[in-house]
Amino acid sequence: MKNKNLNGFKLNLGQLTIPIIAICLLIIFNLIRDPSFFAIEITHNNDGNAVLAGNLISIINGASELAILAMGMTLVTAACGGQDISVGAAAAIAGSAFVKILKSTDSINGGTVLFAFLFACIVAMLFGTFNGTLVAVFKIQPMIATLILYTCGRSIAYWINGGATPTVSSPIINAIGSFIPGIPVPTPVLIVITGAVIFKLVFHFTSLELLTQSVGINGSAARLNGINATFIKLLSFIILGACVAVAGCIGVSRLGLINHETLLIDVEMDAILAVAIGGNNLGGGKFKISGSIIGAYVIQMLTITLYAMKVSSTDVKAYKAIVIVLLVVIGSPVIKARFAKLWSRFQSGRQKVSTKGAE
Amino acid sequence: MKRFKALVLAGVLAMSLVFGACGSDAGTAGKPAGGNTNKVIKVGVVNNPPSESGYREANVKDMEAVFSKENGYELHTFYNIKNDEQLQAAQGFITEGVDYLLISAAETTGWDEVLKKAKEAGIKVYLFDRMIDVDESLYEAAVVSDMSKEGETAVNWLLAQNLSEYKVVHIQGAMGSDAQIGRTGALDAQFNSGKMKKVVQQTATWDEAEAKKIVESVINSGEDFNVIYAENDGMAKGAVAALDEAGITHGVNGKVIVMGFDCNKWALRELKAGAWNYDGQCSPFQAKIISDLIKGVTTASSKKIINEEKGFDAKELTDDDINTYGLGE
Repeated sequence: MKNKNLNGFKLNLGQLTIPIIAICLLIIFNLIRDPSFFAIEITHNNDGNAVLAGNLISIINGASELAILAMGMTLVTAACGGQDISVGAAAAIAGSAFVKILKSTDSINGGTVLFAFLFACIVAMLFGTFNGTLVAVFKIQPMIATLILYTCGRSIAYWINGGATPTVSSPIINAIGSFIPGIPVPTPVLIVITGAVIFKLVFHFTSLELLTQSVGINGSAARLNGINATFIKLLSFIILGACVAVAGCIGVSRLGLINHETLLIDVEMDAILAVAIGGNNLGGGKFKISGSIIGAYVIQMLTITLYAMKVSSTDVKAYKAIVIVLLVVIGSPVIKARFAKLWSRFQSGRQKVSTKGAE
Repeated sequence: MKRFKALVLAGVLAMSLVFGACGSDAGTAGKPAGGNTNKVIKVGVVNNPPSESGYREANVKDMEAVFSKENGYELHTFYNIKNDEQLQAAQGFITEGVDYLLISAAETTGWDEVLKKAKEAGIKVYLFDRMIDVDESLYEAAVVSDMSKEGETAVNWLLAQNLSEYKVVHIQGAMGSDAQIGRTGALDAQFNSGKMKKVVQQTATWDEAEAKKIVESVINSGEDFNVIYAENDGMAKGAVAALDEAGITHGVNGKVIVMGFDCNKWALRELKAGAWNYDGQCSPFQAKIISDLIKGVTTASSKKIINEEKGFDAKELTDDDINTYGLGE
C-alpha cells in the first residue's frame, strides 16, 4: 500500500522531478550556507513606494525575461524538435523598435507605450515568421535557420535607432521595468504570471498543446491525421516572437535604455537550458511549460547564489556549467533508467525482507 | 620570373578591387573648395565603422566635420572593422595620391608594408585612437587616449572628495579590453594601498543589466558601501537602477557616490541633475589636433600625443560642456 502511494507520487511529478529536485537542492544549499539569504524585507524605493526586497525577489524578478522566453522556446522545441538561437538578437530588435516609437513621440503616455509595445510585438512576430518559414516550409534545421538572425539581428537593431544606447525616461516605463506605485511586487514578475496564465488558458480552451505534441512526435503521422504540421510549426515561432517582444520590452524598461549589443546577450543559451532542465525532450514531442519556467528560476537562483558567495563573475559561468552538466546528466534517459532499475530492485528487496519477517 | 609576373598580376587585381571598393565609399567626398583657399589638402581616413559604438560614431562625425570643404580639405573615407579591408583601402588611397593618410586600425599588426609605401610616395601618416605595431619613423604622430590616465583622473577626483572612508563597489568592463585595464589600474592601486576598501569587484562585461544584478546582490548581502565606480555609463545606469529600487540615495546629496565613464550626453544630463557625481571622458575628438598639426598651427612634441581628457564633476558641469563633450544625443 505504502509502495503504491510512493509510486503514485513519483508519477505525478513526472518530468518535473529533475527541476524540482534542483531547486530544492539549491534552497537547502543556501539554507546551510547562510539562512539570511532568504530574508525578504519591505523597503521604500527612491520614489517613496513600499517594495519587497531580498535575494529571493532578485531571483524571481531577474529571471522574468528568461522565464518568458523559456515558455515560447518550449513550444518551438516541442513542435520543431529544435531550438531558436536568435531570441537574444530578436529581443534587441524588438527593444529597439519599442524605443524607436517612444522616442518619436513628444510625450510618453499609456497609449504611446501600448502602441510601441504592439509595434515591437509585430516586428518580433514578423522575424518569428521568417524563422518559422525557413523551418516549417523549407525544412531547414531550426538551429541553422535561426543562425541567420542570430548573426545579423544585433546589426539590424543598430540600424533601427543608430548610435549607441538611446535612452527613454518616463514614469510609465519605469513602472513597467521596476515597480508600479502601490504594488510591492516587481512588475516583470506580474508580467510572467500573466504570460503563464495566458498559456494555461490557451492550452485549456484550444487543442494547441495536443497538436504541438503530435507534430513534434511524428510530423508525417500528424499530417496524415489531418493536422497542418507546417502551420503548427510556424505558429510556435510566431508565439515565440510575441514572447521575445515582451522580454525585449521588459529589458528596455528596466533601465530606460537600450544597448543593442548587450540587451539580453547570451539569453538564447539560458533559454534552451531552461527548457532542458525542465525535463523537456529537446528532440520535440511531449512538453511541460511549467518545467521550463522552473528551469529558468533554477538558472537565475544559481547565478544569484554564486554572486552572493562573491564568486567572481568571470568564474560564474564555469561553476554554472558544472552544475548544469550534473543536472542534465542526471536527467538523461540512461541515468533515469538505471535509477529506476535500482529503485525497483531496492523495493523488491525490501518486500522480500518484509515477507521473510512475516514468516 | 613566372612568380614575379604572378605577383604583379595579383597586385594589379588587388588594386582594381580596391578601386572598386573605394569608389563607392570615397565617391561621396566633397569636391575641392573653389575660391579663396589656395590649395586643397587631400586626406584619406581609414577608420572603424560608426556602428561599432557611440564612441566611434562621434569620432567619425568629428573627422567629417573638421576635414570639411570649408576648412580646405578633400576628404576620402573608408570605414570597415576588418583589418584586411582597411589595408586594401589604405593602398587605394596611396595610389590615388592623397596628401595625408589618417588611420585607426582594426588590428595592430600587418601595417608595415603599406606604411612604407606611403612613405615612399611622400604621404604623411597620422595614427589616431589606436596605436599600430610599426617603427615610429613610419608615421608623423599618433593621437591617442591614455586609458590609465582616465582611471587616474577619476581616482584622484574621488580622493579629493575627502570621504572619511571609501567603500567601493567596482564594476568592470569586459576583462582584458584597453578601457577596462586602464580604468581598473588606478583603483586597484588604492585597494592595494588600503586607502580604499574593495566591497566587491566584478565584471559586468559592459552589460547594464548584469551591473544591476551585481549591485543588487551587494545590497541584499547587507554590506555597506558609499562609492560605485562603473567603467562605463551604461553599467553606472544599471547600478543606479538597483540603488533606486532599494531606496538608497545617490548623487550629489546622496549617500552613494556614482562614477561612470564615456560621457554620453544622457549620462552628463544625469550628472547635471545631480543623480550621478562624476563622469570620465574618453575623447573621440582627435580631428582638430591632427588638423592643427597638418596646417602647422602646432608641432608635435613627440610621436605619441596624448589626447587631453577631462573628468566632469556634477557640481561644475555646464550645459555647454554637455553639448561640446557629450556623445550621442
